[in-house]
Amino acid sequence: MASSQPVKPPVASQSQTQRTSQPGLKYPSNGKSIYNRALNRSQKQELSQASFAYLFGEMVSYAQKRVTGIQDLEKRLNIQGHPVGLKLLDLLLYREPPRTQTRPLHIIALLQFITTTLWRHLFSRPADALEKSSNPDTPEEYMISDNEPLVNQYISVPKEMNQLNCAAYVAGIIEGACDGAGFAARVTAHSVGKGEEGELWPGKTVFLVKFQPEVVEREAFLGR
Amino acid sequence: MSYYFAIIGTLDNPLFEYEFGTAKQGGDGIARFAEQARHMNQFIVHSSLDIVEEVQWGSGQMYLKCIDRYYNNYVSCFMTGGNVKFLLLHAPSTPSTNTTRASTSIAANPTSPQTEEAIKQFFGEVYENWVKTIMNPFYNVNAEVKSPIFRSRVVAAGKKYL
Repeated sequence: MASSQPVKPPVASQSQTQRTSQPGLKYPSNGKSIYNRALNRSQKQELSQASFAYLFGEMVSYAQKRVTGIQDLEKRLNIQGHPVGLKLLDLLLYREPPRTQTRPLHIIALLQFITTTLWRHLFSRPADALEKSSNPDTPEEYMISDNEPLVNQYISVPKEMNQLNCAAYVAGIIEGACDGAGFAARVTAHSVGKGEEGELWPGKTVFLVKFQPEVVEREAFLGR
Repeated sequence: MSYYFAIIGTLDNPLFEYEFGTAKQGGDGIARFAEQARHMNQFIVHSSLDIVEEVQWGSGQMYLKCIDRYYNNYVSCFMTGGNVKFLLLHAPSTPSTNTTRASTSIAANPTSPQTEEAIKQFFGEVYENWVKTIMNPFYNVNAEVKSPIFRSRVVAAGKKYL
C-alpha cells in the first residue's frame, strides 16, 4: 500500500521543547484527568436502558432534522456510530487477556471479535448469527443477524418510512471497527422478517457487511 | 542510548513525537544524537513504515519487536488495534572504553531479549495511555495528541523502562 507511494513526505517536525502550560486550557485542580481513570473499572457496569432509549431517540430525531430521505437519515446514523466502533476496537483489545491480545488478521477473526466481544460489551449477549453470503458472485459479503436489536426496542417506525431501520447506528459501529482494523467495509442494516402475523422475531435485523475488493484480495493472499 | 519515539496515524501522519535518552545506569535522560544525524531520525522512522506494513499481516501480535535497522539505528514497532503505529528508534551510544561493565546493559545490546522486554513494557504503558486518549469523545481519529499529561506519561514510562 504505502510502497506504491512515489514520494514520502517527511515527518512533520515539532519543537522539542516540552509544553509546560498552554493558555486557555484548564486542568482539574485535583489533578484528576482521563489519564487517572482505570480503563477496566467500568468493565462490568451497565447503563440504564431507559436513559439510553431516551438519548438514542434524541439522536435519531437530531439526525432526521436536515435529511432529504431515508437513505440520508441512515447514513447520518451510520456516521454517528462510526467513531464509537473505532474507539471500542482498541478498548476491547486492551481488555483482552495478554495472551490472546492479538489484532484480527482475517475477516473471520474480525467478525467473530465483533459478534462476540463487541456485541457482549454493547448488548450483554453475542449476536444471533454470522453467515457468509452463499451467492458466489458476492464473496465479499457477510451477514450478522440480531433477532432483537437493543437500539430498536423503543423505536416505532411510521408506516410511510417502513424502509428505515435505526440499527443503522449499530451498522456504523461495526463499520468503524472494521475500518479501524484495516478491513475497509460498508455496513448496512436491513429489516427482515416483517410482514407476516405471528412472526417469532418481528424486529429481526441483518447487518450486511460488504468488504472492499482490496480486503478480499489480501485475504486470498494471506491464506487461512 | 538515545531514543526517538513517534506515534504514526493510519494515514502515515505523525501524531506525537518525543526524543529522550536512557535513564538507566546513571544516564541523564538526554538524547545524544549526533547533531548532523538528528534530523535523519524522522526519515529513518518514516522509511520503516513500509516494513511495518509487510510485518503487520504476518503476526497478530501488537508488539512487532525490532523491525528495521539503519546503520546504528534500530526501529522497534508496536501496532494498536486501530492500525496506529508506535515506533521507537533506538541508537546505542558508541561503545565506551569500559565495555566490560556495559556489555550486559540494555543500552549496549539493542537486539537482546532484555532490551526487547524493556521496550515491550514501555510500549505497553504507552498503549494504556493511548487507549485513554482515544476514549476521549472529543478525540478524532488521526488527530495530533497535544495533551501535556499524555506527554508526561510517556516521559515517565521512558524513564521507568528504558
